[in-house]
Parts: sequence; structure tokens; C-alpha cells
Amino acid sequence: MKPVETLEDVVIRFAGDSGDGMQIVGTQFTQTTARLGNDLATFPDYPAEIRAPSGTVAGVSGFQLHFSSIDISTPGDVPDALIAMNPAALKVNIGDLKPGGVVIVNTEKFVPREFEKAGYAADPLADGGLDKYQLVRVDMGRLTREAVAGLGLTNKDTDRCRNFFALGMTYWLYSRSIETTRDWIEQKFKDPWKQANLRALEAGWSYAETVEVFTSRYQIPAAKLPPGKYRNIVGNHAVALGLAAASARAEVPLFLGSYPITPATDILQYLAAFKAWGVQTFQAEDEIAAIGSAIGASYAGHIGVTTTSGPGMALKTEAIGLAIMTELPLVIVNVQRGGPSTGLPTKTEQSDLWQALVGRNGEAPLCVLAAASPADCFRMAVEAVRIATTYMTPVILLTDGYLANGSEPWRVSELSELPEMKVHFETNPEDYHAYGRDPVTGARPWVRPGTPKMENRIGGLEKQETTGNVSYDAVNHEVMVKARAQKIANIQVPDLEVHGDADGVLFVGWGSTYGAIRTAVDAARARGHRVAHAHLRYMNPLPANTAEVLRSFRRVVVPEMNLGQLSLWLRAQTGVGCISLPKVQGRMFKVSELIEAIALHGLEDAK
Amino acid sequence: MTTEPTAVRTLNRKEFMSSQMIRWCPGCGDYAILAQAQTVFAELGIPRENFCVISGIGCSSRFPYYMETYGFHTIHGRAATIASGVKLANPELSVWIVTGDGDALAIGGNHTGHLLRRNIDVQVLLFNNRIYGLTKGQASPTSEFGKKTKSTPLGTVENPYNTAAFALGCGGTFVARTVDMFTAQMRDILRAAHAHRGTSFVEAYQTCEIFNDGAFVDLTDKASREEACLMLQNGAPMVYAGGKKGIRLEGLRPTIVELGERWSASDCLVHDETDDTLAGILARMERPFPVPMGILHRVQKPTYDALAAAQIAGARLKGKNPPIEDLLGGGDTWTVE
Repeated sequence: MKPVETLEDVVIRFAGDSGDGMQIVGTQFTQTTARLGNDLATFPDYPAEIRAPSGTVAGVSGFQLHFSSIDISTPGDVPDALIAMNPAALKVNIGDLKPGGVVIVNTEKFVPREFEKAGYAADPLADGGLDKYQLVRVDMGRLTREAVAGLGLTNKDTDRCRNFFALGMTYWLYSRSIETTRDWIEQKFKDPWKQANLRALEAGWSYAETVEVFTSRYQIPAAKLPPGKYRNIVGNHAVALGLAAASARAEVPLFLGSYPITPATDILQYLAAFKAWGVQTFQAEDEIAAIGSAIGASYAGHIGVTTTSGPGMALKTEAIGLAIMTELPLVIVNVQRGGPSTGLPTKTEQSDLWQALVGRNGEAPLCVLAAASPADCFRMAVEAVRIATTYMTPVILLTDGYLANGSEPWRVSELSELPEMKVHFETNPEDYHAYGRDPVTGARPWVRPGTPKMENRIGGLEKQETTGNVSYDAVNHEVMVKARAQKIANIQVPDLEVHGDADGVLFVGWGSTYGAIRTAVDAARARGHRVAHAHLRYMNPLPANTAEVLRSFRRVVVPEMNLGQLSLWLRAQTGVGCISLPKVQGRMFKVSELIEAIALHGLEDAK
Repeated sequence: MTTEPTAVRTLNRKEFMSSQMIRWCPGCGDYAILAQAQTVFAELGIPRENFCVISGIGCSSRFPYYMETYGFHTIHGRAATIASGVKLANPELSVWIVTGDGDALAIGGNHTGHLLRRNIDVQVLLFNNRIYGLTKGQASPTSEFGKKTKSTPLGTVENPYNTAAFALGCGGTFVARTVDMFTAQMRDILRAAHAHRGTSFVEAYQTCEIFNDGAFVDLTDKASREEACLMLQNGAPMVYAGGKKGIRLEGLRPTIVELGERWSASDCLVHDETDDTLAGILARMERPFPVPMGILHRVQKPTYDALAAAQIAGARLKGKNPPIEDLLGGGDTWTVE
């Protein structure tokens, strides 16, 4: 028996060619780990090309998983273990591995032809460059072929089982049973592929058990999560569930108009599968038709939603203005990616904040929300629907590629836990005015076509106050511009909360940087820095106490994945100067980078 | 709510006239089309609140403001997209898109094609005046080759769309053509368009007296119109010019024949609205042929809205109207005590 070492948390990364099935094994390891009760956070990282030339660094697909017995909120900076299916995967990922970490390489692919494709001059396993790691060499190709022999598979199909061999080994290393994946394979595949994948999985586990390849084995006890029913969820799935739940809560049907775009496409796909719950999806001919159909559905009395990413947002801009002018509820989800233009489709960025806040012609304010974690996408999608229907306004929900594809455990919400949503369709023609306003919210009445005696005309031309008739009157225009702005200012949002020490250095974040900032701030506080974290989910309007919170700190630092869009927005809105900490590499902040920044900005504030 | 004629009280045209002052130029063909639409809407037996008129941008797109129905004046080229959302959200509504040659074929060309392909059950009234009127006289996608306009002072160097051929190419299941002055034909076509299940595409040639006066004068002028128009009737031979001329097919090419000595009406091509080959031939009949007017093509095909609704109803039935909790708490879950 090998010794079993108990760890608090572990970061592993699977890496291979984009056709090697790394996303599948990553997802399987995640499901198994979730079932064991660990806290976890995942981050898949894959190229924009579906199949870049095999063996090249451009084609490397990765999946990182952080799992623990403690509370965690990021997929981790440095992997403890790397599973590299070929030299290119090793080349791309080895620099991130923790010194002393485990690197499992598939030696089948460590041959001169593959070195050349990966851009290695010589065998990287032979030059001593890996001496600081625990190198584990396994000919996964040969062992998989032996395991599936006799099933009559083609060579190509045999090679496709290799990922399950790697998964089996990894399960053994971290003391996980293969059961969850076995069940999944049995449901997912037909013979002979079912048999083959099962054999490869078992062979990988047994190989690790029998052959002396690992010096030790690890276990990670279950985490102490609050009681409840959990499922592991990626951000795009959480958005879809949040929209469907909000529609059920409001008792108003959901309509999605969408056009496929990375990394937002999955939301369309999830919602298209929710038909049994009455969700209607319309794959439009383009981004403009997608939002147009959503506006039409909202006008007809549904919750109209459109989902997209930055370039698609740009195309929808004119139609967003129409929804502002006609004061219809509408939810626009922008899963941000690297820009401008086509940019980095599969990489993450937070550079569409200004686009969301101000990127329209005319005075065109609307509500902008931002989700902080994959599971938080559920809550913020519900909020988007609540605000859109309460205030009769378009709401932009910003997520990003990191949230969209990253996952964490989500405590399943009961419908009764959701905020109350009272949607009222006006049916009383007495004293009805198309642009009459609710005295509290400033919202105009929502009247569905088909309602007798309330026929009215709306459109993109300026409206006369109250009646809604077309008006070119100069003073009326200013009245209406101000009324639309006031309505957005009226939106009630929760106060900004501060986590950490008062009056030292405040780190203000928004969106997906939540986990990294929170982890870094906690680590810095443990080292004696006087530092705090506040995270914005409501970008417009900002929480009422934002200026007060910012002023109460000696220094405000804003880490964000753009060149300082939030710091400028905060300065404009509160008058408080903030220090921007930008990172625009298509990648999330590392906790270590933020800790360094805290050390830099917070030294003088040490306790 | 229903679009089927029921025992509702008969409405009259005046009830469809809104209080808004009409701001089209005097002599504009839009007035005639508006009057026919108001007349036909009143006789369809549909409650007024179930009409929804949706337009884009352009002179014709002011139309909803003058109709006492639900109306949505949207943005340039996008009426089809908004109308699609309205119809899918509430299939009970009678949805009418009002658009122009620039709105539907230039900036909104993509949407028009996809609307037709999907066969969503809405009506499209395309006012074709072969010019940009609201921006004061630039070439449109239906302006004739070589036409001199403010934006093409030496004449256009591009071919115009053949609107009917475009609609047929996109899979249109109801394609009709008329002209603003033919009020009786227009009413017939609007009634047929309403009755048709699927996208009904009606091209109305329309005079812009200010920027393209006389564009359709040969079709409407008493002296020339019998020679210039081929009035289509389903099942009837294609004769025109007061019965003096007819259309025959030689191979796949139409030819004009003089009726009398050698040929009679019974030798002429017989109109069949369901024949898509014939529809293509008719759509492409241009000078010196008479211009086919009326319903060029009409076939029944499944509509997107009905199919999509059936998918949802089927999924609900199969899942026995599952509660939302099944969705939220589905998949691979575990419980923490």
C-alpha cells in the first residue's frame, strides 16, 4: 500500500490536442469530485479553431480544476498536477506547473515527428528541463490498445479511448472512484465504444494502482458547504436557468431570440432544450433579427431576451435604442470576450463595460448588471428580469468567457427564494395613457396587443409626454430625455458591501474577477495587510452608497481585465480617483499577481 | 382572442382611422393603400384590438400611426424581425408588416428573405415606388438600371431587384402584385393575404409624385393599362388587351400571341397559382410583356409559428407539464446535510 496524503486543495490540469477529449475528461473529473462533496471551481481553456493542426501548440485544449475541503472561489493559479497528452500540451502548460508538481506524459506521442510539430528541437523529457517535477511517463497509446484489443475497433476509434485511460489514472491518484464516469459512459455510448471506453478507464485506474509510477496518493476530504441540494454549474447554464426561473416566478413566458456566437452560444442551446417548461427560442438570421424578435416578443407580453458577445452587441446597438425609446422590458446578455472586432473569441475579457454603459446614439441610459461567479449568473439573470419588468427598460447583463465556461457548485434555488416579481399588464382603458408613468418607478404601463379598447402606436420617434403620440416639440424632447434617465436612476439596488478591514486599501472589482480578488485579499489580510474587497454587481445605477464606501478608504485599487473602464466610471460617478490595475491578456488575474499588487499598494497600510 | 371571423359586430372603415394627422405628400399613392387596408380590416370580422401593424422606416412606414389598431413603428429594415417576435409570442394576432423597397430590400433584405423562408403567418405590404422618398430622392434597390437620381447623377450602374422573383426565390408561399390605383384588386389581394396561412407577400407599386412621378403611369393610365397589365385569375387563360392578346408558352419561354384567326383564349397559358415554375415565369415577365398583376403564387405549406408552437406543446405533453423545480434541480445533484 502506498501512503495516502491528505490535502486541503488541489489544482489539476488536463491538456491535449483539441480532438483528444480533454474537455470530456475534465467535466467527468468535475462531476465525480462534486459528488464527493468537495468545493470546486473549473476553467476550460480551448482554442477558437475546432481542430487546429494536430500536435501544434495552436491546437492545445486544456481543462483546469481546483477542488478542496475548504471554501474556494477560483480555478487556481498553479496546477499541482498536469496531464499532458502530447509535447505541444507539455510546452504550453509546463510553465504554469508548481515546482515539485506531478506531470504525467503520454510517451506514445513523445517522438521526433511530434517534437517538431510542437516546436521542440529535441526530446523535452530528456534534457533535464523537467527535473524539478515528478515526471511520470506512461505509454497511454499502447496500454489503451492492449485494453481494448479484441473489440474490433479501428485504430482511430481506439485512440479516442486514450483520454479515459488518463482519467482512470488521475482518479486513482486522487482517490476517486470511477463509478460516476462508468455510469455516464454506460448511458452515453453504445457497444463496442461503451465497452472500449470502460476498459480504458478501468485499465488506467488499475495501471496506476499496480505499477509503481506514483510516489504517493492523495485524498481531499469533503468541504463544509451550507446544507442543501447542489449541482455543478457553468455560467452559461446558470444564466439559462435563471432566466427560466425568473419567467416562472413572474408567470410571464420567456422568449429568446439569439444568433450563435462564441462564447454565448450555449445559452441558446440550453434554453432550446427547456421547451417542456414553455421556453420559446428563435435562432435568428443575425444579431439584429435576434434582438428584434425579442423586442417584438416583449411588446406582445413575453419576457424578451437576447444573448450575445461583444461583436453581436455592436450590431444590436440600434435596436437597444428602440427598446429604450419604446420603454419595453428586455434582457440582453453579453458574454464578453477579447476584443475589439473578432478579437479573441474563446478568451475572456471585461472590455465591453463602456459599450454597455454608454455605447448608443442619443441619451440612452439603461440598467447594467454584472455576474461575479458561475453560480452568481443565476442570481443576476433573475435580477435582470426583475428590473426589466419592474421598470420597463432594457437591462444588459454582463458575464464573460471565464464565467460562461467555468463551473462551481450551485445550491439549487427554490422558486420561493427568488425575489417577488409582480408583473402587471394594464387592461383598464380608463385614464390609460401609453406613456403615463408609475409615480414610484417611472415605468410606463405594459399593454399587450389584443387588449380591447387600448389600441396604441409606439415607435422609435420621440414621444409626447404621457400620450405617447409622435412629437417633435423641443421642450417635450428634453422632458422625455430626463424622464428616461430618471427611470433608470430610480432603480433600487442593494448597497455595496465591504469585506475586510476598514479605512485601509480597498480593492473594487466587478464581474468574474470576484474569486481572484477575494482570495488575494483574504491571503493578504492573513499576512497582516490592512485591505478590503468590495464587488460591484450593479454597474448602472451604482449602489447608492458607492461614493461613501470609496471615500472611506485611503486608497482604492481597481483590478479589471481592460485598460481601466471601471476606474474611470467610478471616478465619473463618485469623484473618487481610483488606481487602475489592468490586465488585458485574455486571461483571468492570478491570485499571486493580486497579492503582489496588494503588497505594492498596501505596504504603508500594514497593520 | 381569435383571428377567425366570429359573430363580432361589423366594423366600419372609420373605426380604423386614427386621430393622427396624415403627413404624406398630396397625391402620394400611400393614401389609396391606407384606405383599402382600413376598408378590408373592417370587414374581416376580427376585433380591432387583434390587429397589429408593424413597420420599419420610410414614408410607407408611417402607416401604423394612421391605423386605429396596435402599431409599432420600428427601425430601418427590421420590421420583419419585430413582427416575427410578436407573432411567435402571440399567434392569435393578425400581424401586418408595412414596408418599402429600401426598407425591405436594401437595409432589411436579409430579414425579408428569412421571413419568407420561415413562412411565418404574417402579411407583408411592400410599397414599391422605386425611389427613396423620405430622404428626398436617391436610387433604391428597385430603381431601373441607369436611372438618374440625386445620388446617381449619371445614372445607376446596378441592376434592380425583381421583387416577385426575390420573394419566390426565398420560398414565398403567397406572392402577389398590384398597384396603388387598382383599388378593387388591392382589396381582393388583402383579403386573400389575410386568409393565407403563412407569409403573404404583397408588392404594391406606388407612385411618389415628388421624386418618381409617373413611374407606373403606363400601368394605371386608361389608354395604356389594358396593354400594359396582365390581370391574373386562377384557372383562367392569360389574355389581355381587351381579349385581343394572350400569352402562350413556347418551350419554357412565354410569347405574346394575337387572338382571333390563329389563336383563341383556349390556346393560352392557364394561370395556376400553385405552379412554382409558372410563378417564376410570371415574375420575370418584363417589357415588352404585359406586367402580371394579381396573385402570382399561392401554396399551402406549414408555418414556422405553428410548427414551433407544436414542438413546445409536444414537449410539455411528453413531460406532463413539469414543474420548474424539475429543471432547476435536475441533472447530476448531491445533497449536503
